[in-house]
Amino acid sequence: MVRVIVCVKQAVDVSKVKVDAITRRLIVADAPRKISDFDKNALEEAVRIKEKLGGEVLAVTVGPEGARILLREALAMGADKAYLISDPAFEGSDTLATSYILAEAIRKIGQFDLIICGEASIDSFSAQIGPRLAEALGIPLITYVKRLNVEGDAVIAERSLEDCFETVRAKIPALITVTKEINEPRIPSFTAIMKASKKEIVTWKATDLGVSAEKVGEAGSAVRVLEVLAPKVERKRIVVKGETVTEIAEKLAKTLIQEGVVEVKR
Amino acid sequence: MSERGEVWTYSEDFGLMLELLGKGHELAIGLQTKLTAVLLGHNVKAQAGELIRYGAQKVLVVDSPQLKGFRAEPYLSALTQLVKQGEPELLLIGSTRRAKELAFRLAARLNVGCVPDCVNLRIDEQGRVLMDRIVYGGSAVATQTLRTKPQIVTVPPRRFEKLAYAVKREGEIVEVSGLQLDEPKIEVIDIKPIERAEVKIEEAKVVICGGRGLERKEDFKILYELAKVLGGYVGCTRPLAEDRKWFTEWVGLSGHKIKPDLYIACGISGVIQHVAGIRDSKVIVSINKDPEAPISEVADYIIVGNLYEVVPALTEAFKKLLT
Repeated sequence: MVRVIVCVKQAVDVSKVKVDAITRRLIVADAPRKISDFDKNALEEAVRIKEKLGGEVLAVTVGPEGARILLREALAMGADKAYLISDPAFEGSDTLATSYILAEAIRKIGQFDLIICGEASIDSFSAQIGPRLAEALGIPLITYVKRLNVEGDAVIAERSLEDCFETVRAKIPALITVTKEINEPRIPSFTAIMKASKKEIVTWKATDLGVSAEKVGEAGSAVRVLEVLAPKVERKRIVVKGETVTEIAEKLAKTLIQEGVVEVKR
Repeated sequence: MSERGEVWTYSEDFGLMLELLGKGHELAIGLQTKLTAVLLGHNVKAQAGELIRYGAQKVLVVDSPQLKGFRAEPYLSALTQLVKQGEPELLLIGSTRRAKELAFRLAARLNVGCVPDCVNLRIDEQGRVLMDRIVYGGSAVATQTLRTKPQIVTVPPRRFEKLAYAVKREGEIVEVSGLQLDEPKIEVIDIKPIERAEVKIEEAKVVICGGRGLERKEDFKILYELAKVLGGYVGCTRPLAEDRKWFTEWVGLSGHKIKPDLYIACGISGVIQHVAGIRDSKVIVSINKDPEAPISEVADYIIVGNLYEVVPALTEAFKKLLT
């Protein structure tokens, strides 16, 4: 029997973010939200572990009330119970503040064997929550995991690093962050969605966790965001034209040689 | 000595460390402080002199058998103690998967913020360090500051230039001993090195990239022929690797981020995540049937046409002109 906590983030659907053409500012407020892609891999892995060894999967999110709908999706994917950690005081929290809130929520949940997080979120791609949480809870951390096995009181994990694949073992409880390669997240069936509507979503506010006000929200955050702008595009955008493909190709080849980006052999 | 804390650099990757020193040098001048490199490992003392010749004014060396091979806990305990003693203003850590864990856990231990993967670092008139990072899947750059000290940032490879090696540079080498090094919490059972191509795509001067406009994997042959003439490297977009499973690696924000002299996109629509990975190329060429493809917005030269005709024609043209 394994008790697995999965941290999920309500992320901005980055493929649907629009840019104001004049100011280059991002229009994020209107963009739809979804469960961050890698968090779905984390959920899928947790559910597979439960299916194999028995136990329970708990999905936790820190976010606005609107994140409730995403927790329903997590429940449909196979989580047994979900926790919505939501309070207006949490708004504007960076990873420092969010990991503190999550750590307090997990302490309140109590005993667990594994915490699984996505390697990073699709919108801010900071990748800090998992490592910070492991540090706050004082448990072993294994990042960038592409294969995971629970064996007795330990986990065996294969990590995907830049220059190697590293297989490691750690005692549980431990925190794992997973990459996209680890699995293909399931699409919940209609029955699973119906079942999920009967599962419990626990809602906790700041006062339920006893978190200190100066450590959450903007007050508790270390990062200040000055601006978020789409990058300037300064490209020539010249359409190379000609009568035949050969003519067009030669024109371009000559131009590129003139620009000095192609090495002429002697 | 300056009142301000120093700028420190750390990377377990020696090449990346030199790049950090290159950027750190500029930032230390801007902040009117000293540039210090942190060197952790076993039998690494010899590298300290090299770091000085690449710009470090001081090197803090922790040399211990317990630091043989990168392991998070002993390295983290060494770094934490050094930072607590030395109180740097700004700490640049190389953004590898190994050291990112180090940076984030260090930040957690010190209860401070961290800005990862900075693609640029600048100092404004008020003396603040401005940190630029790519967010929203490549569609924007966020400029951030940190209000906690030390300011910890991570810096990706191949972003900044190292300084020229100068024998005449002098600096101080400080060997630090007596630190409490933690035991690893993770046991390494096996390491399988990843076989990489001899030339890294990041180092290629010319990159030819294929997208969904390629109908079959075999059709990449025409891209390889062009690459051969140009001495270039061939890559693909994410859907070809992830959905069609033709390749295992791809070019883009989530894959290889490149900035060659010449980038030729063949049959690539140019979704924002792909563009984020090639944006810094010197010259971008697009070959695409669709003149409205988003790649046209970011290209210098655009050929509207069938890549199956254009690519071989381009190969022939270069053959004629280059040899």
